[in-house]
Amino acid sequence: MSELKRTPLRDFHVAHGGRLVDFAGWEMPVQYRSILEEHKAVRRAAGLFDVSHMGEVDVQGPDAARYLNRLVTNDVAKLFPGRVLYSPMCYPGGGVVDDLLVYQRAADDYFLCINAGNIAKDVAWFHEQAAGFDVRITDRSADYALLAIQGPQAADIVQSLTGAKLGLIKYYHFGEATIAGVHCLASRTGYTGEDGFELYHAASDAPALAAALLEAGRPRGLELAGLGARDSLRLEAGYPLYGHELTADISPLTAGLGWTVKLDKGADFVGRTALLAEKQQGGAQKIVFFKTGDRRIVRADTPVLDGEGRPVGRVVSGTLSPLLNEAIGSALVAAGAAAHPLAVDIRGAKVALQPVKPPFVDLKRQS
Amino acid sequence: MSSFPAELRYAKSHEWVRVESDGTCTIGITDYAQNSLGDITYVQVPKVGAVLKAGESFGVVESVKAASDLYAPVSGTVVAVNSALESAPETVNRAPYSDGWMLRLKPADPAAVAALLDAPSYGRLVG
Repeated sequence: MSELKRTPLRDFHVAHGGRLVDFAGWEMPVQYRSILEEHKAVRRAAGLFDVSHMGEVDVQGPDAARYLNRLVTNDVAKLFPGRVLYSPMCYPGGGVVDDLLVYQRAADDYFLCINAGNIAKDVAWFHEQAAGFDVRITDRSADYALLAIQGPQAADIVQSLTGAKLGLIKYYHFGEATIAGVHCLASRTGYTGEDGFELYHAASDAPALAAALLEAGRPRGLELAGLGARDSLRLEAGYPLYGHELTADISPLTAGLGWTVKLDKGADFVGRTALLAEKQQGGAQKIVFFKTGDRRIVRADTPVLDGEGRPVGRVVSGTLSPLLNEAIGSALVAAGAAAHPLAVDIRGAKVALQPVKPPFVDLKRQS
Repeated sequence: MSSFPAELRYAKSHEWVRVESDGTCTIGITDYAQNSLGDITYVQVPKVGAVLKAGESFGVVESVKAASDLYAPVSGTVVAVNSALESAPETVNRAPYSDGWMLRLKPADPAAVAALLDAPSYGRLVG
């Protein structure tokens, strides 16, 4: 096995009891105390996540906006300085290269946040697609650390460490702020369904910022949270995870992300023809979310069966919702089967999948 | 660090056995096992009256991470199960040797327990 990559907070995690595992080639904390307790702390108060493994890319130049609008399915033209956009980025066939956040710093200056496991692939794709555009693409992943602070107390905790007026940064907006003496790009975004910030900062500042956030947050109920809680929080919120609900073979329309596919944005984009055809003709498959009323977790890759017990798809994500105390998940199933009764077999027991329109829990996110 | 009470016997498959004063055997999983599994979300145990053979799977313990088989450390007949785990499986994380017990067996051969590992031997196995 090749050497695992480490974030600047690796020693911080070890010192705080983090259980380190291999995640997409990175040595990352899956949990500190308990995945379930960390999850509940984020819904109740706040959680601090090291997500420095995520990739960052600068896209700059006179053609930056036009280039990005050709690359992603959502409409980059709607951005203005300080605004963030979530979008899939597709192959010509409609499958997904990655899903990402696009930040506009200035008309010719954009910043992208991409998935850790896709950095090399994405950067190669960015260069390959840049032919004919006057853009500079710079992989900044090694320069940045990223801390996510999420939960109803998150904004107050960050505010206690800065003179910047964070209330001015609304949901899916960002600004520059000095937090605990560390210069940050403060983005009011997240992957938990809660209010909070994602703080991009210089890798060398990460230990100081993490320590300051933890100290300021603990009296307000903040806990360190690992990737285990991050996954159960995002699934409870109904957010897709690349490699599960979105892949090179699962289009954003199939995944239920039609709101991010702007077929009529007035600019052609990679995958548009295929996605238009899928929208007009209907896709062959569909991602559905489910709960079971049972504590047994329905694990990824479990076959999904129709009423007659015939296989019609497979589970792509599954966990126990710590708030609902029952199994929740998502599955990729034949479009024709999606509206009919579905079930799985767990160790010989037939368990019915109850369709759910996510989020699975009430989210109190302020915007 | 995991703890392994000296008065218990241990199976290589990470179950513990306590011989009660009436000769029955209480069985659960070790502190090492619960810690390795992480948050336990479901425990499936057999019904009272079930006859178990040593080394055979008698149930399943599930955590957020994975589902693992439970193995009978000795042969015998199930005389009690911990039904509290149905709604509170996390008890196994909190108290693996007390409230987190899983089932009680009337052993087919009371001498079989002596063949299991003692605490220092089990500690070396997982150390």
